[in-house]
Amino acid sequence: MSAEATKDDNAIDPGRRHFLVVATTTAGLIGVAATAVPFLASWRPSARAKALGQPVEVDIGKLDVGALMKVEWRGQAIYIVNRTPEMVAKLPANDPNLKDPQSENKDQQPPYVNPVTRSLKNHPELLVLVGVCTHLGCAPLDRFGPDAQLGASWPGGFYCPCHGSRFDLAGRVFKDVPAPDNLKVPPYKFVSDTLLMIGADPGVA
Amino acid sequence: MNPAQQSNTQPDFMERKNSRLASFLAWIDARFPLTKMWKEQWGDYYAPKNFNFWYYFGSLAIFVLALQIITGIFLTMNYKPSADQAFASVEYIMRDVDWGWLIRYLHSTGASAFFIVVYLHMFRGMMYGSYKNPRELIWIFGMLIYLCLMAEAFFGYLLPWGNMSYWGAQVITSLFGAIPYVGNALLEWIRGDYYISDVTLNRFFALHVVALPLALIFLVVAHLLALHEVGSNNPDGVEIKKLKNAAGHPVDGIPSHPYYTVKDLMGVAFFLIIFCAVVFFAPTLGGYFLEHANFDPANRLVTPEEIAPVWYFTPYYAILRAVPNKLLGVALMGIAVLVFAFLPWLDRGKVKSIRYRGWTFKISLFAFVISFICLGYLGMHKPTPQTIVAAQIFTTIYFLFFLAMPFYTPNEKTKPVPERVTYHDH
Repeated sequence: MSAEATKDDNAIDPGRRHFLVVATTTAGLIGVAATAVPFLASWRPSARAKALGQPVEVDIGKLDVGALMKVEWRGQAIYIVNRTPEMVAKLPANDPNLKDPQSENKDQQPPYVNPVTRSLKNHPELLVLVGVCTHLGCAPLDRFGPDAQLGASWPGGFYCPCHGSRFDLAGRVFKDVPAPDNLKVPPYKFVSDTLLMIGADPGVA
Repeated sequence: MNPAQQSNTQPDFMERKNSRLASFLAWIDARFPLTKMWKEQWGDYYAPKNFNFWYYFGSLAIFVLALQIITGIFLTMNYKPSADQAFASVEYIMRDVDWGWLIRYLHSTGASAFFIVVYLHMFRGMMYGSYKNPRELIWIFGMLIYLCLMAEAFFGYLLPWGNMSYWGAQVITSLFGAIPYVGNALLEWIRGDYYISDVTLNRFFALHVVALPLALIFLVVAHLLALHEVGSNNPDGVEIKKLKNAAGHPVDGIPSHPYYTVKDLMGVAFFLIIFCAVVFFAPTLGGYFLEHANFDPANRLVTPEEIAPVWYFTPYYAILRAVPNKLLGVALMGIAVLVFAFLPWLDRGKVKSIRYRGWTFKISLFAFVISFICLGYLGMHKPTPQTIVAAQIFTTIYFLFFLAMPFYTPNEKTKPVPERVTYHDH
């Protein structure tokens, strides 16, 4: 009987039908997934956005000792602080009160900056930070001196007005504040003694 | 009986007009199920006769959705979704376009009204157990509508390109950066740039005016189809389909048309009195509906003194801030929104309506509502150590309401549920 059934052109072969359904569905789904790629990829930064995100040059010749200047790179405020030698010398004293004193979260700074002072070897005073709070992206304020709001023990640093996160003068985050990480140090290098390039690593032309 | 017979006693021309209309309708019905759909979805849809005040908010939500779509279409005719022109084009709508101010204020007030109506609609469902078997899918469609609505409101809020728009988007998109490993890449993908830029504004515009309205309309249709399939719950939580008369209609049901058509229209009229009062006399509602910081154009180098979302997001914002750990805060905030969808399975109570439920559920629901309101208040204001503790307490109550439900609902002491709905003539 089975031999006769297979000869019959109108007989249904369930195994074959199942295979074809699964094969067609799989091929179709792969096609849909492949088609989704260009749509999803179109959301990535465009060539123009990438071009506008190129490194920027900053002249720091006029930056006074102990002063802060802000420049823009990739739409973010970059804070450049010309710290006094005392400010830098006092940094290790903050260590017990910090979440990550040795900057162990490698995402927050390039490998060539000192983990404590968070500056380049030849320019230990100069601090370059992305002025974006690591909590929810607000702009921290500079509070370098004593501050009534921040208490008598305030060693100087940055204070985020949105949710009260505090950072020291190397942008390292204090304990017991909502921000999880140290402020980010962008890649940067010295082009000449007074000319910085933000967004480019040293040794790369 | 056909309309022609019915109008026997009427003058001749009416008869001819009616029969012509009837034959036109018959012509349509042979080609498209117009009469069938009308009858199934509204005309012959029997709803419980004991609907009370709380049953206005479903139809009001549809009304506000229509209002938002119509005002939204007219706003896009003058709005420019670019970082250079967006703020100025909104000012242009407000000052130079004839009646532009009215269309914009209807739309901005409509956003808050939508959330007020939807929150009350959800509370109604929680009070009367409308999410319980067999209405789980109606509830889930509803929760998807709520999610889409939140996304719609968030995308729409960036469009005026005010400073609060900008920093609000900055904060909310940053939440995705908290996700381990993929966070930063995801952030760049969502923003399409290294910061909230013209690119971000342009894509939020596309999502706000095309993608999410389509999803919302689709989900509202699914919500209503499911409702009219299963049948409406009511303040007594009694299934009216159990008792039917000779004609096969529920004895405690009345056809939606004309009865609830009239009731809902009266609800819309009453709603419009309050709504128009806000639109005409207090469109910013003291900074609650339109935040003051948003009257300054977006400035990516200056954060507003205090970033607070619009009132309808503040309960979740307070939960986010109550948790000292960023990732955990983001996760809890997400769960706080999604947990509603699990209500049909968390609630093990055998009785639907709060009228016949035990004191444990009544107290829990009361504590939940108080927590939700208090979190909403806390989320609007700058956090201090005291308010953070308060927010942590209310967050705990918020989650206990849901997560302890399988324990406090199964053995609650209920009152006997009547066989039929309770109803008093007025």
